[in-house]
Amino acid sequence: MSKEWPLWEVFIRSQHGLAHKHVGSLHAPDAEMAINNARDVYTRRNEGVSIWVVRAADIVASSPADKGALFEPANSKVYRHPTFFPMPEEVKNL
Amino acid sequence: MYAQMVETGLKNVRTAADMGDEERAFQDRIDAGIKIEAKDWMPEAYRKTLIRQISQHAHSEIVGQLPEGNWVTRAPTLKRKSILLAKIQDEAGHGLYLYSAAETLGVSRDELLAALHSGKAKYSSIFNYPTLSWADMGAIGWLVDGSAIINQIPLCRCSYGPYARAMIRVCKEESFHARQGYDIMMSLAKGTPEQKAMAQDALNRWWWPSLMMFGPSDAESVNSAQSTQWRIKLFSNDELRQRMVDQTVPQAEYLGLTIPDPDLKFNEATGHYEFGEIDWSEFHNVLKGNGPCNRERLRTRVKAWEDGQWFRDALVAHADKHVKTKAAA
Repeated sequence: MSKEWPLWEVFIRSQHGLAHKHVGSLHAPDAEMAINNARDVYTRRNEGVSIWVVRAADIVASSPADKGALFEPANSKVYRHPTFFPMPEEVKNL
Repeated sequence: MYAQMVETGLKNVRTAADMGDEERAFQDRIDAGIKIEAKDWMPEAYRKTLIRQISQHAHSEIVGQLPEGNWVTRAPTLKRKSILLAKIQDEAGHGLYLYSAAETLGVSRDELLAALHSGKAKYSSIFNYPTLSWADMGAIGWLVDGSAIINQIPLCRCSYGPYARAMIRVCKEESFHARQGYDIMMSLAKGTPEQKAMAQDALNRWWWPSLMMFGPSDAESVNSAQSTQWRIKLFSNDELRQRMVDQTVPQAEYLGLTIPDPDLKFNEATGHYEFGEIDWSEFHNVLKGNGPCNRERLRTRVKAWEDGQWFRDALVAHADKHVKTKAAA
């Protein structure tokens, strides 16, 4: 077996001007082939107008073990949501 | 199904008493409907079973291209040819999504392919039957892809995140496959008597192998019970098979074709069709490698892989050269 091709993560921007969204991954020997393959696999039905590919090895991800430390502090700060502040019926445009 | 009789390697279904703290927390998350993700703790048996199930599914997508490839050059019109090519291209994509999902479990795609090519890994029994006429392209889309959809829609809700997400993409594309198949059957059924006979012949040959796709009755199986507890199997083989029969019989009636089962009858009381005994000796024989096309399928697959070696190597050489030039600059 010869050398395995690196894994790339694929991000596509849809027609409507939204941010690039992760759609899946693929193997390719280099960035150019990764873009070509991503086009063939992930945009066959007009799913996008722009492709990003990133080597999976270059992605830094948070660890499941850090979930508490990272995300629990937000639980007690509901006042960050506008719905935390009830507004009187007669007050408009707020 | 596309994955049939997947081993869990366990002799009994795990009970709370068998489990340590980590495994109990893992099972609680599954019971609560929370997805398990690649980096989360999981029991080794869950990981290994998923690798077997997802890779078998991926192999089926890849080998499933071969029976259809037989008809690309013989499609009756350019439009049918383009549609068939698009479907086959989709199958390659489905294989890719599934291999990627399997890879998140710590196995490489090349390892999985090596297991397929050596004959160690299995793929669905259905792809070991020959495609003898153009009507088989219709029957495969209608019956085989139709059965695949019935199996895959529940898997969109399975416990393993990467597998569930791959299934969502697959299901979106699979409806096109089933419809294009039924469209071929409609054209033939409305055509000349010879064309209609061709459609009936294809139904006769594909009906029973399609029912076998769902695998044997799993009421007694430890593997199925454990996979159900892990939520990587959401309905029993028999439930899914019944669903297939119930939805397909009226579709055959619309075509004016006859399901090749003298025992088939509608039960007013249950609202379900009752159907005849499946020849399980045929199913087990195909799984053992003795179906009509097992050897040819594997040979074709291995040849495609080996014939493409020089091209894959050239792409790597090209990529390596550019890395070196960049480093030198």
